[in-house]
Amino acid sequence: MEIKLMLNGREVTASIQADTLLIDFLRARGCLSVKRGCETSNCGLCTVLLDGTPVLSCSVLAARADGHSIQTLEGLQEEAAEFVTFIADQGAEQCGFCNPGFVMNTIALLRENPNPTDDEIRAYLAGNLCRCSGYEGQLRGIRAYLNQRNQG
Amino acid sequence: MLTIKQYVKVQSLEEAYELYQKKNNVVLGGMLWLKMGRGSVNTAIDLSGLGLDRIEETEEEYRLGAMVSLRALETHPGLNELTQGAAAESVRHIVGVQFRNLATVGGSVYGRFGFSDVLTLLLALDARVVLYHAGEMPLAEFAALPRQQKDILTHVILPKAPRRVVYLSQRNISTDFPVLTCALSHQGKKYTCAIGARPMAAQVYGDEKGILTGGVTGESARAFAADVAGRARFSSNLRGSADYRREICQVLIRRGLLAMEEG
Repeated sequence: MEIKLMLNGREVTASIQADTLLIDFLRARGCLSVKRGCETSNCGLCTVLLDGTPVLSCSVLAARADGHSIQTLEGLQEEAAEFVTFIADQGAEQCGFCNPGFVMNTIALLRENPNPTDDEIRAYLAGNLCRCSGYEGQLRGIRAYLNQRNQG
Repeated sequence: MLTIKQYVKVQSLEEAYELYQKKNNVVLGGMLWLKMGRGSVNTAIDLSGLGLDRIEETEEEYRLGAMVSLRALETHPGLNELTQGAAAESVRHIVGVQFRNLATVGGSVYGRFGFSDVLTLLLALDARVVLYHAGEMPLAEFAALPRQQKDILTHVILPKAPRRVVYLSQRNISTDFPVLTCALSHQGKKYTCAIGARPMAAQVYGDEKGILTGGVTGESARAFAADVAGRARFSSNLRGSADYRREICQVLIRRGLLAMEEG
């Protein structure tokens, strides 16, 4: 079957199998920031924005993206740059495996709620599992980023 | 691994219904549970083009389309005012925001999953369901129907009658499936208690003995909790034993009733 969608601002037309998952479709088109993690819809590594809404690309058929807009971290470099640089300076980034999903969902959070409380940050990022560093560093990093941004 | 031979984004409910009658054809909700399977699907039927992703409000009720996401349920101001936040509480533990943006009310209800927080809440709210072929019926009646009956769930209807509502669940760890779910509602003289994740699907228990007729006190809450826990059937799985669930059931009901009373 054929689908047409906007991928990171560019129109893409492709022929796919009915059961092609969005994650496979995206990775095949060079969006390697979209990581394959648990594949049980639990870890958030594969987070992409579907019409601006964060979803798990491991659990969406590519067919369902037909006629919609998909954004991956490759397409959000400018929006992510300030935040990613800041938390890296804070030592609060995750490794390259979990970090893209964490950044994507943080972008979605801050679009939806520009000044979240700590509890709101925890709740929004609950679906992003970190496999090695824990969560307090990320929370501190986001808090410090927001404080710095609000003061600036 | 799940395989799908054909994907059809249907143009009408009739088309969906006709397709669904055929063997190995499935209706897609959020696809989160379906995707965990290893079966072979002949035709995946997608309802996402039918405008069923809206929450509509009339003077008497809210009509939730089958494709409304759990996240929409969680963040809808009217539904959360009606339920005093129980709508959000019932889904906020379900994995994460990205998951809840995909999972649908229709998928949760039609699947009648044992672990379903949503089914538990909706049963306590006297929800009704609309099926394309069978028409409108109480959710409790639908939940008891044999799964062999293949119909298309189009809407879930929530009456706007004011009531007190509390939702509680017990989980071994954050974002996991629940060990037990409990939704309580109080409308006029009627108390309704839905218990789910027993681990079987949620069921409704009323106050037929009039234990709460004189109001909710520590004593009456404890007695009603013991009464429901005595009537409900529990079973064991990796998350907890039947006996543990029975104990938790009493705790959740008692806490819920007292919280409801405190308002």
